Amino acid sequence: MKVLVPVKRVLDYNVKPRVKADGSGVDLSNVKMSMNPFDEIAVEEAIRLREGKNGGGVTEVIAVSVGEQKCTETLRTALAMGADRAILVQTDEKVEPLAVAKILKAIADEEGPSLVILGKQAIDDDNNQTGQMLAGLTGWGQGTFASKVELAPDSVTVTREVDGGLETEKLTLPAIVTTDLRLNEPRYASLPNIMKAKSKPLSNKTPADYGVDVTPRIKTLKVVEPGKRQAGVKVADVDELVNKLTVLGIRK
Amino acid sequence: MKTLVWVEHDGGSVKDATLSAVTAASKLGEVHLLVAGQGVDAVAQAAAQIAGVGKVHVADDAAFAHALAENVAPLVVELMGHHDAFVAPATTSGKNIAPRVAALLDVMQISDILSVEGEDTFTRPIYAGNAIATVQTSDAKKVITVRTTAFEKAAATGGSGTVEAVAASGADKGVSTFVGSEIAANARPELTSAKVIVSGGRALGSGEKFRELIEPLADKLGAGVGASRAAVDAGFVPNDYQVGQTGKIVAPEVYVAVGISGAIQHLAGMKDSKIIVAINKDEDAPIFQVADIGLVGDLFKIVPELTEKL
Ligand SMILES: Cc1cc2nc3c(=O)[nH]c(=O)nc-3n(C[C@H](O)[C@H](O)[C@H](O)COP(=O)(O)OP(=O)(O)OC[C@H]3O[C@@H](n4cnc5c(N)ncnc54)[C@H](O)[C@@H]3O)c2cc1C
Ligand SMILES: Nc1ncnc2c1ncn2[C@@H]1O[C@H](COP(=O)(O)O)[C@@H](O)[C@H]1O
Repeated sequence: MKVLVPVKRVLDYNVKPRVKADGSGVDLSNVKMSMNPFDEIAVEEAIRLREGKNGGGVTEVIAVSVGEQKCTETLRTALAMGADRAILVQTDEKVEPLAVAKILKAIADEEGPSLVILGKQAIDDDNNQTGQMLAGLTGWGQGTFASKVELAPDSVTVTREVDGGLETEKLTLPAIVTTDLRLNEPRYASLPNIMKAKSKPLSNKTPADYGVDVTPRIKTLKVVEPGKRQAGVKVADVDELVNKLTVLGIRK
Repeated sequence: MKTLVWVEHDGGSVKDATLSAVTAASKLGEVHLLVAGQGVDAVAQAAAQIAGVGKVHVADDAAFAHALAENVAPLVVELMGHHDAFVAPATTSGKNIAPRVAALLDVMQISDILSVEGEDTFTRPIYAGNAIATVQTSDAKKVITVRTTAFEKAAATGGSGTVEAVAASGADKGVSTFVGSEIAANARPELTSAKVIVSGGRALGSGEKFRELIEPLADKLGAGVGASRAAVDAGFVPNDYQVGQTGKIVAPEVYVAVGISGAIQHLAGMKDSKIIVAINKDEDAPIFQVADIGLVGDLFKIVPELTEKL
């Protein structure tokens, strides 16, 4: 069985985003970029499956990234974590989830994976769409927001983090899974593995190779900073806090 | 424009999130609803009472019992033949279903809208709410999820919608089955609609301490209980307590953050609260930059004293 893992290059989660003065977007020049944290979890899960944890049968893990040349770094990170090979679908356009899903559909048609594991959400645009869209395009089952994945030869059982707690679904393979925070703790790539990753296969493609039109459907008219909260007051002790709460009518 | 709103329900009653989605949809035009489920007569009747609602489409079938996206999305797509927009609250079920619908309609979804600026223009948060984008779609049909805290709830009564059954033959697509759920019965107010929330962070140290300190304070304030990711990851509380960029978005009258540092991912979920109270032993903790009332000190001393004096 093959597992496909789409990984996105995003602003590192520790960096505070700055809105550009001209209102055209968030400034990404000279800032640290990393693999989307949910995608690290996806790569980790795929590798664990290949290692025979949570169900066996996985023989190959393929990482895919859609974006500019620099996404190669993100793919090398996935390879260093343990993915077997990588595909860069290179474009300088900002590719929306729908187009990413179409590219992934074409790759899935070509590679025939049993499972595609994506992040639940890219932390830059916070869209939370691509996995569900890919599932729609392929007609496959979708186990979104997964906190547990158990693979069997012809099905996958996914425990999902939902608003009220947890929910479990069984999906026929092939299927789509999107990761939530509690699924696993991603490993760090060791130095020897980082070296090894440099010689793992990485193929270069373009959206045109897959016949996908990546023209955006959504135009960003402007990007602004949200209204800032004023820092309030510090109180000296509990009595003063109780007073404040009383004045504000917060005490029951 | 005719909109179709996804009704989030628990089998018996309509969830509040639906009411916010109705308000957002009403800014686009005529509001129709979709109630999907099994044995949902009562829900359909309740939905028809929502102020401003026209038609209520009801799809009653075992295949829809657990709102499996694989079965529900084709149903929505069919109804979208005579609607111009599909609107769902950005709950876990809305987020699960809407993008699948969008892909089947070949449109880009607009996620988590904060406002409707025009029939094709919306604002939405990006980068954990550190930026607000105004976006315009060129798709003829719209698929939208709604940040419920950004829209007033429509009145649950006063409407007079007409209920219409949707044929649901062949609804089970056969690729997914519901196995079970662990939905904790919780006597407390739901986080997304609570007036007051008390949230605990990593500093609590254990599930026992969390219950021992946070719960009584929440009881005193009639509050819902939330948590930071760190507290959930450490297993102090279940996953559905998580407030933040990738958890629940809340905007209560009062949010009390106890032993939470205020990472941007946490702030993303609560910084629209009316009044923020923070208790933290580190006077430089970022949470104090957004707190209206801050108290610097050891929560293990402060919280019991506060609970007692309230
Ligand atoms: C992809 C991604 C998504 C994320 N999504 C979310 C999300 O949705 N929600 C979320 O909350 N986080 C999220 N995070 C995690 C976030 O970055 C922080 O790690 C997390 O919010 C920290 O939780 P905390 O404040 O409880 O812990 P810490 O940052 O460890 O803070 C503990 C605080 O307690 C204080 N403290 C310690 N002891 C005491 C004491 N005795 N008395 C008083 N104060 C004390 C400390 O001064 C400190 O400020 C996400 C991270 C990533 C990478
Ligand atoms: N450009 C991209 N390249 C590769 N994977 C992507 C890309 N965009 C989104 N994804 C995948 O889709 C997931 C959800 O992203 P989104 O729908 O944009 O929030 C991410 O966590 C990735 O796994």
